[in-house]
Amino acid sequence: MKGSVALAQGAIDAGCRFYFGYPITPQNDIPEYLSAALPAVGGTFIQAESELASINMVLGAAAAGKMAMTSSSGPGISLMQEGLSYLAGSELPALVVNITRSGPGLGGISPTQGDYLQATRGGGHGDYRLIVLGPNSVQEMYDLAGEAFRLAFKYRNPAMILGDAILGQMKEPVVLKPTQAPPAETAWALSGAMNRQPRLVKSLYLKDGEMTVHNWKLDEKYRQLKETEVLVETDCPPGCKLAVVAFGSCSRIVRSAVDQARRIGLPVGLVRPISLYPFPEQAVREAAVNAGNTLVIEMNTGQMVDDVRLACNGESHVFFKGYPGGHIPTPEDILAEIENILNRGGLKACQL
Amino acid sequence: MSTVAEKIIFSAPSCLLQNTFHFCPGCHHGLVHRLAGEAIDEFKLADKAIGVIGVGCGVFLYDYLAVDCCEAPHGRAPAVASGLKRANPESFVFTYQGDGDLAAIGTSEIIHTANRQENITVIFVNNSVYGMTGGQMAPTTLPGQKTTTTPLGRKPAGDGYPMRMAELIGSLQGTAYSARVSCHDLKHIRSARKAMKRAFQAQVENRGFAMIELLSACPTNWRMTPQQSLARMAGEMLTAFPLGVYKDF
Amino acid sequence: MARVTINEERCKGCGYCIDVCAKENLYIDQGRQNRSGYNVATFNPDQDCNGCALCAETCPDVALEVYR
Repeated sequence: MKGSVALAQGAIDAGCRFYFGYPITPQNDIPEYLSAALPAVGGTFIQAESELASINMVLGAAAAGKMAMTSSSGPGISLMQEGLSYLAGSELPALVVNITRSGPGLGGISPTQGDYLQATRGGGHGDYRLIVLGPNSVQEMYDLAGEAFRLAFKYRNPAMILGDAILGQMKEPVVLKPTQAPPAETAWALSGAMNRQPRLVKSLYLKDGEMTVHNWKLDEKYRQLKETEVLVETDCPPGCKLAVVAFGSCSRIVRSAVDQARRIGLPVGLVRPISLYPFPEQAVREAAVNAGNTLVIEMNTGQMVDDVRLACNGESHVFFKGYPGGHIPTPEDILAEIENILNRGGLKACQL
Repeated sequence: MSTVAEKIIFSAPSCLLQNTFHFCPGCHHGLVHRLAGEAIDEFKLADKAIGVIGVGCGVFLYDYLAVDCCEAPHGRAPAVASGLKRANPESFVFTYQGDGDLAAIGTSEIIHTANRQENITVIFVNNSVYGMTGGQMAPTTLPGQKTTTTPLGRKPAGDGYPMRMAELIGSLQGTAYSARVSCHDLKHIRSARKAMKRAFQAQVENRGFAMIELLSACPTNWRMTPQQSLARMAGEMLTAFPLGVYKDF
Repeated sequence: MARVTINEERCKGCGYCIDVCAKENLYIDQGRQNRSGYNVATFNPDQDCNGCALCAETCPDVALEVYR
């Protein structure tokens, strides 16, 4: 199954019945698949006039307490930032998929990870965060769609899946496991004030002090996310002298490089953040501090490396190697970086 | 003073809350809220209505009408309403938008929502100026009208002409109902009430997209007394914005 | 005889009700203000009100009720 299709089917299998989107390469497999698959299960698919409209249709369906999603790429995700901010401010759950493009502006359609900071810092205006998950396989594209919805509804906060064209286009076997989780508590959803007081979904707080209270309320959700919802894969055997940190499609290439390095006797470990927000600070810190040296590989000019440095707080040498603009590294490229660091005994040769 | 047989001749619609409107003296937003409330009462929609509120002076609608409400980003109310109605077809979904919201920043959303035949009702308050932000030029500002951003008056060449939204929306195949009415005197208020009910009826009967444009006064930002504002409406506003039903199901 | 009641806290003194009353039963009481500081519309019960309710229909603040 193709990654984009797996993700779309994962959303349906999790109970999502509403998709609103606007075409943009390289994510068109998602709306194309859902335009047939959603109506087949009684769902709704709308090709909107823009990403602005898409995200606000998502907001409307979310306000009705339904599982709704959209997908896009770079420029389209930028247009959605207003709506994402409103979703977070209004405490509404939704899934937004970003199959990234490379570069600022129109950029290119080749795979990069240049939207990491936009995704993990909220992206739009105001004091909020998105829940961000970074799959690295077609199976995870499927699984994390459901997980994103679970988290979005549990915390009433929009969630994003951050992928790229590699993940969207590659085909791998997938085990389908429809969860169809019972709908989360939606005592806040709008349906008409039948036998109850009217409800209000809003993000405007003008009265003295109430905006402060609301911001701390949101912050408490982010604190709980960090405490209970971190997803990370760690493979750092005892004696490991270098922890390599990578996420998403890039981590697959790094995995190959780490395996090759171990075959030639290099003491190398791998840490793969799956939840990019909440960032697995603890796991990264432990691996990085224990190894003493850390190498962050990203397909950008250095974004997640900030989070790694913050997690290490100066207690590990943090090296970075970036591949921006759609240039995909080979395992051999990364192995060379690993050898370079270990052979120099931890010198900051390629430190940014 | 009262007799045993005394009956109430006029009272507020039952879904209108007790809160005092925050609008300025002579502003017609309160009247439009009342007309919407009367239509909600008439079709017994209080327990299934959801208001989607644009950004502008109407943003506190939930303080005045006892129905479920959802705030929308500026201009996006028709998109939010589309999502709500699709997700909840049994509910009655209406938007409440001003001229900046609907005819400037939300032009794209209103046109495409109408074109998709979304079964929603749009209440569009046109007072030819931005109210909440303090009197800037709106897409409906009249030629020559002075605003805080057209200190010498709006010049069509460069600033644009007033946008006639009821005609524009009425010209779309997807629209079931589009009308422009005015609030400036009793006769017109009464036809506005009829048009409001027609715009609600369209959704109740699943006819598709309905919009009612209500010409309204903004004495504060017109720098006029309420009485001068009504005179302006009866004169140049009606000339620039011809009243009528531009599409009917 | 009919009568008009005015919710003075809702009234902002715009005067629309006064303009439509053919019987001239309503006036702005310049000596009295509500909590928002508006001089409020006032009904004169000594006049002959026929309960036409034009005043209430015109009121943008839905401040008037009419009884007959």
